[in-house]
Amino acid sequence: MSTAEGVADERLASSSVLRRLLVRPELGALIGAVVVFVFFAVLSPTFRSPAGIANWLDPASTLGIMAVAVALLMIGGEFDLSAGVLTGTTGLAVTIIATRFGLNVWLAVAISLVLALVVGLFNGLLVVRTGLPSFIVTLGSYLVLQGLNLGVTKVLTGNVLVGGLVGRHGFSSAHLVFSSSVVLGGTYFKVSIVWWLVLTALATVVLLRTRFGNWVFAVGGDQVAARNVGVPAARTKVLLFLTTATAAWLVGTITALRNTSAQADAGVGDELTFIVAAVIGGCLLTGGFGSAIGATFGALIFGMTSVGIVYAGWDADWYKLFLGAMLLLAVFANRLVRRYAERRRG
Amino acid sequence: MSDHDGGPERSDVPEVPVQATPGVSGGGAPLLAVESVSKYFGSVIALSEVSTSARAGEVTCVLGDNGAGKSTFIKMLAGVHRPDRGGIWLDGTRVEFGSPREALDAGIATVYQDLAVVPLMSVWRNFFLGAEPRRRFGPVSLFDVAAARRITREQLAAMGIDVRDTDQPVGTLSGGERQAVAIARAVYFGARVLILDEPTSALGVKQAGVVLRYIAAARDRGLAVVFITHNPHHAYPIGDRFLLLNRGRSMGDFGKDEIDQAELTRLMAGGAELEELAHELARTDGAAPPDSGARASRLLAEDADELGRE
Ligand SMILES: Nc1ncnc2c1ncn2[C@@H]1O[C@H](COP(=O)(O)OP(=O)(O)O)[C@@H](O)[C@H]1O
Ligand SMILES: [Mg+2]
Repeated sequence: MSTAEGVADERLASSSVLRRLLVRPELGALIGAVVVFVFFAVLSPTFRSPAGIANWLDPASTLGIMAVAVALLMIGGEFDLSAGVLTGTTGLAVTIIATRFGLNVWLAVAISLVLALVVGLFNGLLVVRTGLPSFIVTLGSYLVLQGLNLGVTKVLTGNVLVGGLVGRHGFSSAHLVFSSSVVLGGTYFKVSIVWWLVLTALATVVLLRTRFGNWVFAVGGDQVAARNVGVPAARTKVLLFLTTATAAWLVGTITALRNTSAQADAGVGDELTFIVAAVIGGCLLTGGFGSAIGATFGALIFGMTSVGIVYAGWDADWYKLFLGAMLLLAVFANRLVRRYAERRRG
Repeated sequence: MSDHDGGPERSDVPEVPVQATPGVSGGGAPLLAVESVSKYFGSVIALSEVSTSARAGEVTCVLGDNGAGKSTFIKMLAGVHRPDRGGIWLDGTRVEFGSPREALDAGIATVYQDLAVVPLMSVWRNFFLGAEPRRRFGPVSLFDVAAARRITREQLAAMGIDVRDTDQPVGTLSGGERQAVAIARAVYFGARVLILDEPTSALGVKQAGVVLRYIAAARDRGLAVVFITHNPHHAYPIGDRFLLLNRGRSMGDFGKDEIDQAELTRLMAGGAELEELAHELARTDGAAPPDSGARASRLLAEDADELGRE
C-alpha cells in the first residue's frame, strides 16, 4: 500500500493542472459546442451569418432556461420529469385565463406562476417527505399534468389549440417583456436569449458564490453528511423544485406569448431534452456535480444542431441520432472525470 | 462517584451504583461528566449504567467490540439519542440535548467515520459546509470564497495537516486526511469536546498513526477528546482515561495509571473467554507454549483489527 501511494503521489503532483481542468464540469460541453459550431459554420455560410446565429440562439434560449434550472436540481440530486409538460401547463394557463376568462394578460401570467409554484411545491414536498425517488414522484406529476392539460383544455375550449391572445388587455406589454425581439446590428434577436443569459449568470453566481449553492452541491453529493453539519437538506431540495417550476413558467409564458396561442400537448417529451442538455453540460445523474454554464453549452449544442442540420440541407431526422451520440459521449466522458475526481490516494 | 469533585449534582442522578474509579485525581473538575447513563431500544439494552469523564487537554478512549454500545454512547453525547437514565454534565452543569445542533452549539462536535464530508466537494467547501462565511456585496450577501479558502489553508496548517491543494475534491484525499479535515473543522468552529467515532479503524497502520497525531494536536489545543476505537494499540499511547464497554455494560473506567497496555488488550480481547479458547486450540495443537492465552488473544485482537479495515 505504501509503495503504491508514493508513486501515485508523484504522478498526481505533475498532472494537477490537467486534473483541475478535467474536473471542471463544463469543459466537455464547451469543447462540444465549439466543435459543433465549427462543423456547421464550415458547411453553411447562413449558419455563421448574424441572422443564422439569431436563428439557432432562439431554440437554444428556451431550452437553456430549462436546462440551467434542471441542472441545479440535478446537482442537488433530484430529477424533475414534470418540467417539460409544465411548460405546456403554464402556457395553457396564461392563454385560457386571458382569453376564456377575459383577465388581463399580466394577471393571467401571475396566476400561471402561482400554479407552477404549487406544482413545484407538491413535487418537492412529496420527495423530501416520503423519501421516494424524485424520478417516480415527478413521473407521476408528469402524467397527471399531461392528462390535465388535455382534459381541462378540451372541457373549457372544446379544442386542443387555444388561441386569441392578440389584442387582449396587457398583451402588448407582456409580449414586449417575454417574446419581443431586440435589434442588434440590423439583426433581430429574440428577447428570450437575454432571459437565458441573465439566468445562466444568476444560476452560476448562486451555485458558486452563495451559501445556498454550497448546500445544493452538498445535498446532491451526500445528503446525510450535509444534514450532519447542519445543512437544511429538505428546504434546499424544495427550493430547487420551485426553481424548475419557475423556469417552466417562464418558458411556457414566453412560448404562449410568442405563438399567441397554446397547444394542449405542448412540452411533452421535452423533460428528457432538458436532462440530456444538463448531462452534456457535465451534470452527474447521481448528483453533487455539474454546472449551470455547462447546461447552457449543452442547450447551445442542441440549438445549433437542430438549426444547423436544416441549413446544411440534411434531413432533420438525423438530429436525434446526432444528439443520442452526443449524450453517450458526454456520459462516458463524465464517468471518466468522476472516477478521476473521486479517486483516493490512500 | 466521589471522584467527580465539584461535578454533577448528586440529586439529579438516579440512585444507582456507579463504577468506582479509585485513585483518579486529575486537575480540577472534568469538562464532560457522564453518570450512569442507560439506553434501551425497545427490549434491547444498548447501554446500561455507564459512566466516564473527559477533561480539557486529555483524551478519553471508549473501547469495545462491535455492538458493545460505543456508537450509542457517543450519540447520547452528540444529541442524537437521549439517555433513558442517568445524565450528562458539561462544566458541572447538567445538559440535555434535543438535537445534534444543540450539542454542537454547546461545544460538542462529533466526527462520524464516514459521514463527515461530501467527497465530490472541494476541501474548503467541505470545511465551511453549513457555516459558510458571508460578505455583503451591495444588496446581496455572498459566500466569502476568498476567506473560506484562506482560513481552510491556515487551519489545516495549524494542525500540521499538509493538503497541497484545498481546491481538490475531498474524495481525492486519503482516509486519514479526510478525518484530519473534519477534526480541523471541529477545532476551528470552537468545539470544546471533540468526539471521534472509530477514526482509525478503516485505516492502515501508517494512516492511523497520522490520525493519532491529529488527535494529539487537538488535545494539545485544549480540547477534551472522546476517542472511540476497538483497537487498544491505538488507544493506549494517546489515552488518559479508558472506558471499556462489553455488550452495553461498563467493564471499567480506568485512569491511565490504573491499567497497563497488556491488561487493556486482555480485557478488550475478551479475557477469560479467549483464554478458554486458547486452551482448546492448544489441545488440538498439542504443543502450545504456556503463554498461549495471551498470544492467542493478541492474534485474535489483530484479526479483529484487520476485519475492521474494509
Ligand atoms: N437505533 C437503534 N435501534 C435498535 N437497536 C440499536 C440502535 N442502535 C444501536 N442498537 C443496538 O445497540 C447495540 C449497540 O450498538 P452500537 O452502539 O452501534 O455498538 P458499537 O458502536 O459499539 O459497535 C447493538 O446491539 C445494536 O444493535
Ligand atoms: Mg459503532
